[in-house]
Amino acid sequence: MAKAAAKKSAVAVPPAERRPALAGQELSATGVTLAVLPPAERISLRAPDASVAALSKALGVTLPRKPKTSAAKAGRTALWLGPDEWLVIDEVGKDPLADCAEVTALHSAVGISHRNVGISVTGPAAAATINSGCPQDLSLDVFPVGAASRTILGKVEIVLLRTASDAFRVECWRSFSDYVFTFLSEAARDAAA
Amino acid sequence: MLLIRCPYCEEERPELEFRNAGEAHIARSPNIAGESDDDFEKFFFIRSNPKGIIYERWRHMHGCARFFNAVRDTVSDRFLMTYKAGEPKPTKLPGAAK
Repeated sequence: MAKAAAKKSAVAVPPAERRPALAGQELSATGVTLAVLPPAERISLRAPDASVAALSKALGVTLPRKPKTSAAKAGRTALWLGPDEWLVIDEVGKDPLADCAEVTALHSAVGISHRNVGISVTGPAAAATINSGCPQDLSLDVFPVGAASRTILGKVEIVLLRTASDAFRVECWRSFSDYVFTFLSEAARDAAA
Repeated sequence: MLLIRCPYCEEERPELEFRNAGEAHIARSPNIAGESDDDFEKFFFIRSNPKGIIYERWRHMHGCARFFNAVRDTVSDRFLMTYKAGEPKPTKLPGAAK
């Protein structure tokens, strides 16, 4: 009977519906705009030096080797997080996990597409908004366009990527996204004032 | 706020990104089961806790997430230098008064 029930439910279950946290939320203040970015494909990649070339080739983007840098190509961005650790974000819907699966060189690739939420912070007051909770120096000399770093915002860990001189991408964990968006909303109003 | 130089990120970062991880250069015995109780106690519980220069492990928790070693003055809380994990204990300290 249990078997029959299992069979029946297997037929009835529709494909899992993806419900992104905070989908489509936006906020505009003087000088800064916040927007929750659409879902993207992401992987957490760990690999030793010897595997980097093969992985770069498979992913189609050269994994950066310098601290606090990123590389982008064809909608795919690789962010340096640590000496052997990268975050790869794909915004055009191609799964980087599948590309890594073909690589035989030693590596660990973990799909974290649903774990993270991306929030864009744009406008002349973007750096001031993020600096309300992030202790890093975000001046253009020290944190230029393309710079990426894991850091903190208020109480939570984020990954920060500068996409333009007045635009940032904030990546946070899904369960923290409400906190991060609210924090940034308050900060945006303060930065505007 | 203190600025701590991370040897892996190769720059100074705010202290909020770091966590202290206790005293450095404490070698675990390769034959831990054969240790006498006194030796094990020394290895496991006894720390130097000096007033002055201390060698510590730190972790760049909210950055590159790597462990590294740092030399700190416990009186002034000043970091004299930091170096990568696994590197030998430095014999010469830059600008060390004592």
